[in-house]
Amino acid sequence: MKLTLKIWRQENAQTKGKLVTYKLSDLSSDSSFLEMLDVLNEELASKGEPVVEFDHDCREGICGQCSLVINGKAHGPEEHYTTCQTHLRSFSDGDTITIEPFRANSFPVIRDLKVDRSSMDRIIQAGGYISSFTGMAPEANSIPIHHDIAESAFDSAACIGCGACIATCKNSSAALFVSAKIGHLAKLPQGQIERNERALWMINAHDDEGFGSCSNTGACVMVCPQEIQLLDITRMNFEYNRALCYNKD
Amino acid sequence: MALNAKIPEGPLKDKWQNYLAKTRIVNPANRKKLDVIVVGGGLSGGGAAASLAELGYNVKVFFFQDSARRSHSVAAQGGVNAAKNYKNDGDNVYRMFYDTIKGGDFRSREANVYRMAEVSVDLIDHMVAQGVPFGREYSGYLSNRSFGGVLVSRTFYARGQTGQQLLLATYQAMMNQIKVGKLTQYNRHEILDIVIVNGKARGIIARNLNTGEIERHSAHAVVFGTGGFGKIFYLSTLAMNSNGSANWRAHKKGAYFANPSWTQIHPTALPQSGEHQSKLTLMSESLRNDGRIWVPKNKDEKRAPGDIPDEDRDYYLERRYPAFGNLVPRDVASRAAKERLDAGHGVGPLKNAVYLDFKTAIEKLGEDTIKERYGNLFTMYEKITAINAYKEPMKISPAAHFSMGGLWVDYELQTTIPGLFAVGEANFADHGANRLGANSLLQASVDGNFILPNTISNYLADDIKTGKIPTDSPEFEEAEKAVKDQVSKLLAIKGTMPVDQIHRRLGKIMFKEVAMSRNEKGMIWAIEEIKKLRKEFWENAAIPGNENGPNSELEKAGRLADYLEIAELMAVDALNRKESCGAHFREDYQTPEGEAMRDDENYMYSSAWEWQQGKDWKLHKEPLEFTEVKPTVRSYK
Repeated sequence: MKLTLKIWRQENAQTKGKLVTYKLSDLSSDSSFLEMLDVLNEELASKGEPVVEFDHDCREGICGQCSLVINGKAHGPEEHYTTCQTHLRSFSDGDTITIEPFRANSFPVIRDLKVDRSSMDRIIQAGGYISSFTGMAPEANSIPIHHDIAESAFDSAACIGCGACIATCKNSSAALFVSAKIGHLAKLPQGQIERNERALWMINAHDDEGFGSCSNTGACVMVCPQEIQLLDITRMNFEYNRALCYNKD
Repeated sequence: MALNAKIPEGPLKDKWQNYLAKTRIVNPANRKKLDVIVVGGGLSGGGAAASLAELGYNVKVFFFQDSARRSHSVAAQGGVNAAKNYKNDGDNVYRMFYDTIKGGDFRSREANVYRMAEVSVDLIDHMVAQGVPFGREYSGYLSNRSFGGVLVSRTFYARGQTGQQLLLATYQAMMNQIKVGKLTQYNRHEILDIVIVNGKARGIIARNLNTGEIERHSAHAVVFGTGGFGKIFYLSTLAMNSNGSANWRAHKKGAYFANPSWTQIHPTALPQSGEHQSKLTLMSESLRNDGRIWVPKNKDEKRAPGDIPDEDRDYYLERRYPAFGNLVPRDVASRAAKERLDAGHGVGPLKNAVYLDFKTAIEKLGEDTIKERYGNLFTMYEKITAINAYKEPMKISPAAHFSMGGLWVDYELQTTIPGLFAVGEANFADHGANRLGANSLLQASVDGNFILPNTISNYLADDIKTGKIPTDSPEFEEAEKAVKDQVSKLLAIKGTMPVDQIHRRLGKIMFKEVAMSRNEKGMIWAIEEIKKLRKEFWENAAIPGNENGPNSELEKAGRLADYLEIAELMAVDALNRKESCGAHFREDYQTPEGEAMRDDENYMYSSAWEWQQGKDWKLHKEPLEFTEVKPTVRSYK
């Protein structure tokens, strides 16, 4: 395959970036999208030119480190894929592909296609956990959990924290990401004790980090690699309002 | 230095409790005077960081990913073992201990293995309390599945994303400690050296991968949860950035490296499809619960797999190992696949794969049940191969996966450098020559959460009056200079050969001669080739850019420079061990049926290698003493 790539190059968050065109040939359609970038970087490196910086690690769709907006869509053309699972067979010979970073005010560019997503860590720090320290736990089977509840909690817990939902949202809202964690823990009996504080603290942290509000467009769920549901956002709103009712302040 | 494993007194089943009863602990008021650096934010490092912070120590955790939630523990799929006996199938701590010792082909340390089985029970309690949504029965109680090498069901799972769920629980515990101010995280930081002051590990030199800045950090003790180095094979199931550099740099500062050549080759990964490939995706071992492995009997079979009748299929694991069938341990399954592939029965365009077939299970249990058990794995398979595995068999192939070897540690998980501890895959003690499935998440978690926090206090108890460790000492000065010199040296090569291409060539040498099947001639050849490649790297590696900012080629080059040295030690280690055991299969030491032939008389020891400034390594032997079990010929027939 032959492809023309228009790749976003940017030195750092303080400088302006631009799209730079590269041409690649002799690509295999079985090659993954990131392997294509490997090929490009090998060409650049052998000529002594700085390579295109991009984030990636597990290359099997679970770590959430890879990002990229490909032809305007977070994680590329296939629905519910990560960039690392995207293969060149999803494109045609001779295509021109535009590759940009995940863009959001809360995701400053580090270089080229790498962005800083530590704002998402800080939302979890605000309350996305159960404060059970090592050694405190009761016998695991002492609290039975309905099979379907456990499965439903898993569906929310499956979020890989990649940020595609945020990069896609016209408001740069992290509602889907936050709601997945709130949903996961609110569904389980272990998560009940801190349920109210968790919802308030995480949602406040979300706003403090500069993420936008959710307007229920649902673009986020279309790109989510783990198919987190819009229903989680509804539940998050319920949890927030419920917490306000209980809140004594 | 003579090796002292510091195994506590008493019968095996009492050792850990005896240890806990007598070890020194640090008064809660004094813990806030003590600093600990943890390298690695995965299950072992993250578990240690969170648990130590909960105890009241001041903890700094370093990792190269942008968030600790991305550490490679995230990719473990199938499950985590624990001796809960929820299935009433005769399981207990002793049976789990025995299965693990036998699975490791009687080459692991008895006391450590017993402790791991003992603590497994607490781990499940802990993870459930943290909100891990493990699979459940319709009664609401926890569900189990079976895994390779055992006859009971003791594996707890969260669909095919168990590692992700355990890691997220650990990550969340870390975030909690960050909020309360006991833990500080340094993401996108790579450790480039450890600093030894008066013979003790007192800090690290790290590179900020965003700014390129070289930083000094001091502490009273350093903990490595730095994982395995299977990425040395280039094509592996590991994450692209997983590396052996922290361990190797500690080795060069005096930490002995144990059993470096014992790499687990996982039997069920996706096969290589071409030269461009960067990664061999793992398909969980749990699939072997319901999937049957076979190859066509006829080498020149042209029919599609669904059209090949049963009588023309060779279910070679069921044929060779009727007792365990498709659930033999990984080393046995991989070797049996290699035997069929070498005999020309491989399938797929490169004839490098075998079939993993769910037809029987789907007929018996229905597609919905299979979907609930393995749905995400089937989806993952389809995303990568464009093949629907509900309709036709998966094609799988062996791939480099787990490092049983690692930094030598004593019972307290301390390396031969006082004050440097290693947890999880980074150390060596628990899995012997072959790790059982679902024991990796287990070992990482129990090391980090339950064992290290209780052993490190015995060391830290000497430091309550030490005060802060200064970072302006000559030792820090010197270590920082050495790191900066190495970075400059790499950038000065200015060659034309991309780093990944050299890494691919190293991987080919290693996979050919230091992987599933080994012989003396091949390994001597491999050592020469590695040396040549190392020379070529330092003469012609293409590392563009500079050190003042993100530079992924520089990062990769630093790791590859270390791999090119680790590779040699792996071959030296494999050459030394003139027996077959577990994953270490020497062609010159096998039974007439092609099974591993151990030599307990001469090789009942762990090999711990001492760095000698680039001259040959010095071998130290830790004899393995079995008091509770009698080493037998390992049979799964």
